[in-house]
Amino acid sequence: MNLTLKVWRQKNAQTSGKFVSYKAENISPDMSFLEMLDVVNESLTHKGDEPINFDHDCREGICGMCSLYINGHPHGPKRGITTCQLHMRTFHDGETITIEPWRAEAFPIVKDLAVDRSAFDRIQQAGGYVSVNTGGVPDGNAIPIPKVIADEAFNSATCIGCGACVAACKNASAMLFVSAKITQLGLLPQGQPERYRRVQSMVAQMDEEGFGSCTNTGACEAECPKEIKLTNIARMNNDYFSAKLFREDEVHEQGH
Amino acid sequence: MTLDAKIPQGPLAEKWSKHKFDLKLVNPANKRKYDIIIVGTGLAGASAAATLGELGYNVKAFCFQDSPRRAHSIAAQGGINAAKNYQNDGDSVFRLFYDTIKGGDYRARESNVHRLAEVSVNIIDQCVAQGVPFAREYGGLLDNRSFGGSQVSRTFYARGQTGQQLLLGAYSALNRQIHAGKVKMYTRHEMLDVVTIDGHAKGIVTRNMLTGAIDTHDGHAVLLCTGGYSNVFYLSTNAIGSNVTAAWRAHKRGAFFGNPCYTQIHPTCIPVTGDHQSKLTLMSESLRNDGRVWAPKTVEIAEQLRKGTLKADQVKEDDRDYFLERKYPAFGNLVPRDVASRNAKEMVEEGKGVGGSGFAVFLDFADAIKRLGEETVKAKYGNLFDMYIQITDENPYKQPMRIYPAVHYTMGGLWVDYNLSTTIPGLYALGECNFSDHGANRLGASALMQGLSDGYFVIPYTLGDYLAKIGPKKVDTNHPAFAATKKDVVDHVNKLLALKGTKTTNEYHRELGHIMWEYCGMARTDEGLRKAKGLIQALKADFWKNAIVTGENEEVNASLERAGRVADFIELGELMIDDALMRKESCGGHFRVESQTADGEALRDDENFAFVAAWEFKGENQPEELHKEQLTFEAVHLSQRNYA
Repeated sequence: MNLTLKVWRQKNAQTSGKFVSYKAENISPDMSFLEMLDVVNESLTHKGDEPINFDHDCREGICGMCSLYINGHPHGPKRGITTCQLHMRTFHDGETITIEPWRAEAFPIVKDLAVDRSAFDRIQQAGGYVSVNTGGVPDGNAIPIPKVIADEAFNSATCIGCGACVAACKNASAMLFVSAKITQLGLLPQGQPERYRRVQSMVAQMDEEGFGSCTNTGACEAECPKEIKLTNIARMNNDYFSAKLFREDEVHEQGH
Repeated sequence: MTLDAKIPQGPLAEKWSKHKFDLKLVNPANKRKYDIIIVGTGLAGASAAATLGELGYNVKAFCFQDSPRRAHSIAAQGGINAAKNYQNDGDSVFRLFYDTIKGGDYRARESNVHRLAEVSVNIIDQCVAQGVPFAREYGGLLDNRSFGGSQVSRTFYARGQTGQQLLLGAYSALNRQIHAGKVKMYTRHEMLDVVTIDGHAKGIVTRNMLTGAIDTHDGHAVLLCTGGYSNVFYLSTNAIGSNVTAAWRAHKRGAFFGNPCYTQIHPTCIPVTGDHQSKLTLMSESLRNDGRVWAPKTVEIAEQLRKGTLKADQVKEDDRDYFLERKYPAFGNLVPRDVASRNAKEMVEEGKGVGGSGFAVFLDFADAIKRLGEETVKAKYGNLFDMYIQITDENPYKQPMRIYPAVHYTMGGLWVDYNLSTTIPGLYALGECNFSDHGANRLGASALMQGLSDGYFVIPYTLGDYLAKIGPKKVDTNHPAFAATKKDVVDHVNKLLALKGTKTTNEYHRELGHIMWEYCGMARTDEGLRKAKGLIQALKADFWKNAIVTGENEEVNASLERAGRVADFIELGELMIDDALMRKESCGGHFRVESQTADGEALRDDENFAFVAAWEFKGENQPEELHKEQLTFEAVHLSQRNYA
């Protein structure tokens, strides 16, 4: 296959960027999208040009490091996969492919197609945990958890923190990401003691990072590579309003 | 220098309890006077950072990814072993210990492995308390599955994403300590050297991968939790960024490297499709619980399958050779990884390989689907099947999967004593980064166990002993060693940046991978290894003349990062070859063609090789010196492994 790529190039967050066109030649349909970019980068390197910078690591759809807005979709046109799992057989010979970074104020550009997602870490640091120290915990089977509850918590826990939900949202809202962790821990008995404090701390941090509010469009759910459901946001809102209306005192104590 | 493993005295089952009592403690008020550096935030690093933070130490944690949650532990699929005996099927701490020692082909230290089995039960409790959503049965209790090399069900799992869930648990504990101010997190930082003063580790040198800033960081101890080095083979199941640089630079500063040639080839990976391939994808070993491995009985049928004139589901039952079930009736498809891998390779060499390339055998779920129904199979392995469909465009619910072995894990690593200390006092190695618990072959679902055991339950005790002995006096950052080590790193970076040749570092890496896979992969010979040594030396010389490194230091520069890692992999590759040459026996994942039984199984030589090889760096382009830690076995009787 021979393709034309329109790639966003930007030296860093301080400078402005632009689209640059590249030819991708002799591409095998069995290549992954990132392997296709590897091929382009190898030829750029041979020419002494600077390779295209993009984030990637595990290349099997679980680390959440890869991103890329491909032809107007986070992680490309297919559902339920990350960019590294996208294969070139999805495209046709001669096609022009537009590749952009995640666009959101809370995700400043690092270089070219890579962005800074540390805002996600800071939200998790604000309360995305159960406050237990190592050791001195009860036996793993001490608290039975109904299978449906454990499975539901697991579904929320599969979020890989890639940021596609933010990139897909016209408001750059992070509510799907934040609600996934809140739901996981809110469903499990281990998460109950801090349930209302957690939702308030994490939402406050989310707001502070500059993410927008939910638009109820559902683009996040449609584009999420792990198919995290909108119901997570409903659960988060429910917990948040419960906390604000009836349990706000629980948030005052911030000691650890 | 003589190696002292510092194994505690006393009966095996009491060593760890007694040792914990004998270790010195740092009193709670003094802990805040100590700074601990932790490099890597996978299961070992994140669990250690969180736990040491909870205890009150000041921790500085480093990772090269953009977030600690992305460390490669996240990709582990199948599960984590623990001797809980929840299934009432005869499991015990001793049985887990025994299986691990035997699975490792009697090349691991008994005392370490027994400790691992002891603390395995605590790990599960800890993870459940953190909110890790393990798989459960309808009664609400934890579910188990069985794994290779064992006849009991002791593996806890979270669908096919156990590593992800355990890492996110450790990451959440780490986040709590970051929020509490006890851990300072440095992301997108790569460790490029370790600073030693009077032989003790006192700090590290890092490069900020966003700005290029090369800085020193000081601490009373340094913990390397930087994973394994499978990427020396170029193609492996590791993440693209996984590298040996931190461990290798520490090795060059005096940390001995243990058993570098012990690498694990995982039997169930998706076969290679072409030269463009950048990594290989593993299909969890748990698939062998229900999938049946087979190859066609004759070369003729294999040829038709390769050409595509015959489909796998059209091959008659009588024409299929379920070779693992045939050769190993007791363990069947659940033989250890090295055995399964070598048998697949044999089938291919006999001309019975399938798939376009011929480098594959089948893993068939037709019987499981008939027995359990498609829905049950989907619930158990759905995400793995989806992954297979994505990559191959084939449907494993209808056609058997094609699988072939790929490099997956490295049992070798920095040599550590019972306290996880390397030969540099104050420098520790945890998780896959060290050599310690898996001998010559790791059993499935034991890597997660070891990473978390080291981080949550071992290092918090053993580190305190060292810290109490050296005292809380601040590290002198004006000591010339800091400036000198930093200068070495700057010089090395500049040397790399000056490379403006004709070949990309990726091309060198691929070439190195070919050499390693061909001569130091699933089967190794004296002749092949000697040839490989020459090839690698030539590759190294060529790299430093003809490699291309683009860009500058003061920016995001993936080309520079890669170049440094590839240069280190080339040097490590040569040491692996030396180690494989020296070890004339076969054991576990290390198969020397000259040393096999009449049935073609790995043949150990306990008289001459029941030792850990610990290599000491003696200077650039100098042969390394071999030190031997003799292994003594008190609780188990050394026998030829037999899974039939």
